[in-house]
Amino acid sequence: MSGVAVQLNDLRRAFGTVHALDGLDLELHPGELIALLGPSGCGKTTALRVLAGLEDADSGSVVVDGRNITGLPANRRDMGMVFQAYSLFPHLTALENVRFGLRLRGRRGGGDRAAEMLDLVGIAEFASRYPHQLSGGQQQRVALARALAISPQVLLLDEPLSALDAKVRVQLREEIKRIQTEVGTTTLFVTHDQEEALAVADRVGVMRAGRLEQLGEPADVYLRPVNAFVADFVGLSNRLPGRLDGEAVEVFGTRLPLVSPGSAGPDVIALVRPESVDVTPDPDGSGRVLTAGFLGPMSRVTVAVGDLVVIAQVDSGRMADLPPGTAVRLDLRPVPVALDDAAPRDRPFRS
Amino acid sequence: MAGVIARRRRRQRVLRWVVLAVLGAFFVLPLVAMVEFTTRGDQDTWRLLVDWPLLSQTYPALADGIVASLGQAGLTALLMLVLLVPTAIWVRLRLPGLRRLVEFICLLPLTIPAIVLVVGLAPVYAWVNYLLGGSALTLTFAYTVLVLPFAYRAIDAGLSAIDVPTLAEAARSLGAGWGTVIWRVVLPNIRSAVLSAAFLTVALVLGEFTIASLLNRTNLQVAINFLGKSSATMSVAVSLATLLLVFVLLLLLSLLGARRRGAGS
Repeated sequence: MSGVAVQLNDLRRAFGTVHALDGLDLELHPGELIALLGPSGCGKTTALRVLAGLEDADSGSVVVDGRNITGLPANRRDMGMVFQAYSLFPHLTALENVRFGLRLRGRRGGGDRAAEMLDLVGIAEFASRYPHQLSGGQQQRVALARALAISPQVLLLDEPLSALDAKVRVQLREEIKRIQTEVGTTTLFVTHDQEEALAVADRVGVMRAGRLEQLGEPADVYLRPVNAFVADFVGLSNRLPGRLDGEAVEVFGTRLPLVSPGSAGPDVIALVRPESVDVTPDPDGSGRVLTAGFLGPMSRVTVAVGDLVVIAQVDSGRMADLPPGTAVRLDLRPVPVALDDAAPRDRPFRS
Repeated sequence: MAGVIARRRRRQRVLRWVVLAVLGAFFVLPLVAMVEFTTRGDQDTWRLLVDWPLLSQTYPALADGIVASLGQAGLTALLMLVLLVPTAIWVRLRLPGLRRLVEFICLLPLTIPAIVLVVGLAPVYAWVNYLLGGSALTLTFAYTVLVLPFAYRAIDAGLSAIDVPTLAEAARSLGAGWGTVIWRVVLPNIRSAVLSAAFLTVALVLGEFTIASLLNRTNLQVAINFLGKSSATMSVAVSLATLLLVFVLLLLLSLLGARRRGAGS
């Protein structure tokens, strides 16, 4: 089974004075998994609901497989959806939940297909349990099976993992990726968790205020953010003062290449990732370790340099050399950085 | 120390039994008196609790009242469900802003005395008489208004227990139309709430007297009242039977509630 192409064209939707969607254009290639990422209220869920037909757009169109379905009600669109809230029908068992959509389509042999789907999501042994007898992760698995059972043209995932605890969340997102690759259904995944988006998506779309700021492969979005907002939202960034110098920016005496040419100048703010900052104990160094936080294999160290606070990521093995108060030297790795040369409307999003 | 606690516990247990006994006597004594009164004198006592042919032969007015009341109870429950269930679901799904207003309107009949209600209903019933005739079953309309507060509360509580909007959206994304959403998804999950609304309605209608009497229609209570003027024993006996019936209904209701709590945990 191969997926179909989906196009959202110039979608607009206002709630009172708030523009949830402000001219959103998005194209999903057949079989692709796109994650929409953004802070709450950026319109990502509205975009998904408009695609599902659960919400109407004020203007714009939704095209699936070359067919304009903008005016079609939700129940006549061919889409499977998994919700953030647990949405299994409480009076039906897991198997009956999965069969629900099949029976509406008048498929007599739905039982086999439903059992097959439960097997696909790995909980065939819980087929006869009721939702209240299942854990949150199991319920979302059943919801995924139920959405996929009807062989939808498009799969919509509306923050399906946010209600789950951390370990189950990571486990299930890998499963979702595996299953999506296996069935090849074009999928839109909405989340506010950047790690989740980068981990599962073929392409990540970063949204703000009803618009798409950047759409690209996870590595692209992370390494070459088009603007300060994306750099800030996807991953953690230091805001370090620097001087623009041709095609590069000089920060702490190191020349760093730019992901896109800077227009403002010459004094700019560069966005430097913590993993690009190297910390070395040095009695003559200009920095001083403030705090050190253990994160497992990697640790995070904050260093005071003058009145700046710089966050750096170091191997946990080196933590013993970096107790708070240690004098240190900072070295920046010459990976491309973004500049914070954004327009004034970006100000509220600064950290 | 332990002795003090044990003594206090014993005293509490005694107190509990005393309270129960006093309250029990308060409730049971009149009932016992009713039984004793209605079974006084062997030759007049019926051998069966329900002997319909004998009843309708001896007390035709009472038989009419019973039939009318059962009809009213059934029709009222039906009309109430048909009106209220889709409305409550729709308000929750599409018009959540109207919830307070609908709740207020549904609770209004509780605050209006029956006598005032009748004054308002009299001209309406002049039209009902004209259009539908004077059948006792036409009281269904008035009773549907009368039971709204109780039925609405019951159904609303049932709807609060489930996430109606999400379930409806899930069903719609699977291809269900609105009818299917209500019939196959929402209704099965509020079944016990719907049943308790229906039971409450039946219990309420079986005990209604004021409106029926003032609008010159017959029902069970009107018939009992009428009977009381000629045969005191019979009217008390019927009252007792009605009481038992309603008691059984309420017992069923609380059993259903208990089962729901058990299933929901």
